[in-house]
Amino acid sequence: MTRWLESERLLATLLLAPAVLLLGLFIAYPFVMGVWLSLSNTSVGNVGEFVWFRNFVKAWNDSIFRTAFGNTFFYTFWATIFKLALGMWLALLLNRSFRGKRIVRATMLLPFIVPTVLSTFAWRWMFDPTFSVLNWLLYQTGFITTKLPFLSDGTYGMWCAIVVNTWRGMPFFALTLLAGLQTISPDLQEAASLDGANGWYRFWHVTWPLLKPVTVVVVVFSIIQTFSDFQLIYVLTGGGPANATHLLATYAYQIGIATGLLGEGAAISLFMLPVLFIVVWLQLRYVRRLEGA
Amino acid sequence: MVIEKKWKRWVYFYIPLTVFVIGTLFPFYWMLITAIRPDSELYRSWRAANNAPFWTLHPTLEHFQDLFAKTTFPHWLWNTFFIACASTAISLFCGLLAGYALGRLKFPMAGTLGTAIFVTYLVPPTLLFIPLANIIRAFQLGDTPWALILTYPTFLIPFCTWLLMAYFKTIPKELEECARIDGATRFGAMIRIIFPIAVPGILSAGIFAFTLSWNEFIYALVFLSSPEKKTVPVGVVSEMIRGDIYFWGQLMAGALLGSIPVAVVYSFFVEYYVTGLTGSVKG
Repeated sequence: MTRWLESERLLATLLLAPAVLLLGLFIAYPFVMGVWLSLSNTSVGNVGEFVWFRNFVKAWNDSIFRTAFGNTFFYTFWATIFKLALGMWLALLLNRSFRGKRIVRATMLLPFIVPTVLSTFAWRWMFDPTFSVLNWLLYQTGFITTKLPFLSDGTYGMWCAIVVNTWRGMPFFALTLLAGLQTISPDLQEAASLDGANGWYRFWHVTWPLLKPVTVVVVVFSIIQTFSDFQLIYVLTGGGPANATHLLATYAYQIGIATGLLGEGAAISLFMLPVLFIVVWLQLRYVRRLEGA
Repeated sequence: MVIEKKWKRWVYFYIPLTVFVIGTLFPFYWMLITAIRPDSELYRSWRAANNAPFWTLHPTLEHFQDLFAKTTFPHWLWNTFFIACASTAISLFCGLLAGYALGRLKFPMAGTLGTAIFVTYLVPPTLLFIPLANIIRAFQLGDTPWALILTYPTFLIPFCTWLLMAYFKTIPKELEECARIDGATRFGAMIRIIFPIAVPGILSAGIFAFTLSWNEFIYALVFLSSPEKKTVPVGVVSEMIRGDIYFWGQLMAGALLGSIPVAVVYSFFVEYYVTGLTGSVKG
């Protein structure tokens, strides 16, 4: 027995077996099954027949699907931009030395630690149509004279979701970018400032180029998470009002699980695949290039 | 360091940082204040003259009492804890072995397998929850904690494997070779020499995996149906809103209590958590 384990190849096979088995069973197999489901008219308790691409065509002609599809891009685009901009700003602030730095850094990560569903409830309560504290605040400070329809209007609802997503994801950007910043030698900043470069110039021409590899990885990671987001919308708006704030994942849930049309639901979630595929592919290429360099 | 004027330090540093801190923490403060505020104060018109929404003069624990008396909240806490621990243990076990193999052994297909595991890391749960629900049903795991204990590792194993692989690569090869010269088997050297050195990496991966499984929502929502078997996030969503009525006091009390365990774990291991966080994106 122990002599067999001396063979690297055999040992590697044994060590990898549990991981490969679990991932094969619960990722590869469901993936194949998902593709099959999306090409069939399966529903709960009813084994379906093969219907070619009918589910995809049906989804594409569905106006709610179109909205969800557009929303997913809109949501991902703006949330990622805000998270990157604010996360970068926060990282630059946290990179300076000040008293209580450790505790501030630790508390800033809280939105990322706490279960999204639970913190989103707090936001939902803050956006409540009747008792919103944000409306109260804006009213008292004189910014508004009448209540804002935070979650009872589709456009407002989408922006509210983007705000909450930014709030939740920004610490992740800030902390990973901070880790990147800390690898940059302060001497470079000093040299640039001795040469008369101002703050902006130092950021764009010294810090940013060195930070780019970390940034690309974080952004890609965040795009995948945001593009496939489910829980935030599910809790905040439930896709409403009038299906105006659905994302692909929440709409797939509504059709596939809540309504029980497994085939159509699987087709809707597979619409995410091309985008995810491109993003992952770019990521892999980028990682390879970095390793090659 | 670059020297700057005092007012500049306020405008460019203290004020923005304060805004960030307030913005980050306000929702948690709001959770707390809602949880201890009596209903008569919670549901008062937003324009009422004596409305003071930022504090309360009559703190009460009635929402917490209701939470324990009217829902199965303690069950949810226990379920979440148990499922998070079990799936973290499974993922660490698989990730440790796979990470060692990919990081330290030479064998054909090592690169391909490494990439394949990395790609599964980037597959979001929302892509596969519908077919997975079918599979869970076929295995008769529906409505049992095993449905989650076995599926959470799908997003935890890739993460643990990559983190630990990177960690193993930093340990010098000579350590192992010394042990082997002293007569240790390859397997023995792995268990007794390499794994103990990797404890900080294991801890990072474990803490991170634990918080991820504590937060997971969609699988728990789809695979569980009995009220007493749910996890905290799902229980709060599905059992505390009756009809169209939201019991905000109880909801916020539940949200607060459901957040505290992860926050405590996190505060004890914050450095390891940050390592896991930053390690997870280094790819």
